[in-house]
Amino acid sequence: MAVQKAPREGFSEALIRLGHQHEDLVVLDADCAKSNMTNFFKDQFPNRFFNVGISECDLVGTAAGLAIGGKIPFANAYANFLTGRAYDQMRISVCYSNNNVKIVGHNAGTSAAQEGATHLPLEDISLMRSLPRMTVIVPADSLEMEKAVEAAYYHEGPVYLRVGKLPVPIVTKKEDRFQIGKAIKYRDGNDVTLISTGIMLDETFKAAEALGKKGIQADVLHIHTIKPIDVEAIATSAAKTKRVVTIEEHSIIGGLGSAVAEVLSEHCPVPLKRIGTQDRFGVSGKMHELLDFFELRAARITATAEKLVDSALIK
Amino acid sequence: MQLESNRKEYLQELTKTIRRHIVKMTHHAGSGHPGGSLSATELLTDLFFEHMNVDPNEPDWEERDVFFLSKGHCTPVYYSVLAEKGFFPVEELMTFRDVDGRLHGHPCGEHIPGVDASSGSLGQGLSLANGVAMAAKLDGKPRRAYVMIGDGESQEGQVWEAAMTTAHFNLDNVCAIIDWNKIQLDDYVENIKGMKDFKAKWEAFGWHVIEIDGHNLDDVHSAFEQAKTVKGKPTAILAHTVKGKGISFMENTHKWHGLAPNDEELELALKELV
Repeated sequence: MAVQKAPREGFSEALIRLGHQHEDLVVLDADCAKSNMTNFFKDQFPNRFFNVGISECDLVGTAAGLAIGGKIPFANAYANFLTGRAYDQMRISVCYSNNNVKIVGHNAGTSAAQEGATHLPLEDISLMRSLPRMTVIVPADSLEMEKAVEAAYYHEGPVYLRVGKLPVPIVTKKEDRFQIGKAIKYRDGNDVTLISTGIMLDETFKAAEALGKKGIQADVLHIHTIKPIDVEAIATSAAKTKRVVTIEEHSIIGGLGSAVAEVLSEHCPVPLKRIGTQDRFGVSGKMHELLDFFELRAARITATAEKLVDSALIK
Repeated sequence: MQLESNRKEYLQELTKTIRRHIVKMTHHAGSGHPGGSLSATELLTDLFFEHMNVDPNEPDWEERDVFFLSKGHCTPVYYSVLAEKGFFPVEELMTFRDVDGRLHGHPCGEHIPGVDASSGSLGQGLSLANGVAMAAKLDGKPRRAYVMIGDGESQEGQVWEAAMTTAHFNLDNVCAIIDWNKIQLDDYVENIKGMKDFKAKWEAFGWHVIEIDGHNLDDVHSAFEQAKTVKGKPTAILAHTVKGKGISFMENTHKWHGLAPNDEELELALKELV
């Protein structure tokens, strides 16, 4: 059984490590420092931490100002309130002004759990993906989160980083190379391509294994960077397997599924099934209950992939 | 420190030149915002020519003071002041709003020398100023951050979120200039959503407030000087101004908020600005 760790823990640890190395790194929060674990950064670097209170728009604007002032700010808040409420601030003060701000959306996906619909971010990737110049990163687990934080720091330009609150299995490996914009190929197969993002990599691995037992060999691509998306990796795999399933802990509208659909339709039109949440709001529940509720599970991935393979054989 | 008489004469002439640019630019583009540009002319001219520590030859100089035009619509006056200050050629003003130019309708931080951030969606400038001021304090640098906000713009909630931040973090290196011209796009501010006791609001938010006549260069000058000496809290300069100031038919009406003069109106306006 894989070790479980909350992505926010990896985020917090990486932030502190980078904080020791780089004087210009500053952190902002909007009254969720304990929940977002930015309070540990505050303990170590009190001068370089700014809690602006419950005001996401001001948070993003202040971060942009700090960037103009020569700092590299990480602006933290719950993903929904950040991407929804402060969208225009990201658009004008961050992206259009081309300020080097790192936007960190916490409580991602089902990890908002029992907080319910208002707190469950299922549209944040879609919103962030639409902003010119914004890089969108959705790590799979705590270990990959650490690499993502580092990459975001060194990346010149606006970044949106999606961070989950609750423990999930660590499924990536230390030696996996993390490069912004590059997909990671985790499994080779000729029958179907499974493309996942974020914490769905775990269920995707399980599905690939189950499919293998049934004689269906899946190509598994992990897309940690939704934008810019790795067109070449997706098109190459699709050209080989001729059918694709996307898996995300986010609405199928505007997220990974949409991004892959755009790539396929222009570069390699093959059948695609998108697994994610439908056009709806969330509910309250434990994280594992929500993953069941939304059917973000290996069983559905397996069934969907099988059906795709079967339908192709019938033809 | 008071404005010396020779400097005052110089600035007075300069404000006339800038007002001529404003009407010519908007006439050239056939659109733009002359009213709120004309109300801010003395404020921005005195700020850039007498107070701000900037170098037009090195617009991104790390020690510079910064300015954010939060009421981003008023590019005619902003671009004119920047051009006269030497950030880019004065002739370029006549490319205002041209598709192949860089002087877009609203400021673009990336392409225009001297513009520190893009604006045009209202309410965002004070947060930016706060961020720069925080960075300057962290680095122990004497940089100051200026921001111009409209009174109508102050209906945006972010202005007040940011005003709380400035005061909470004791950012005395922030100076907000409120171009209080009493008019917004649709009508008088009082008829849309009034400011009530505007001065008391800023004071209640923890700011040092200086109330002035925004067209009186002596007033404007000493307000900026005073702001530099206030310690422990930020300063808001509440400047009473007249929308469309300097051109009789544009004064004190919302009609010229976002309207460009035609040929005849341009001629009339320029006659008043000799």
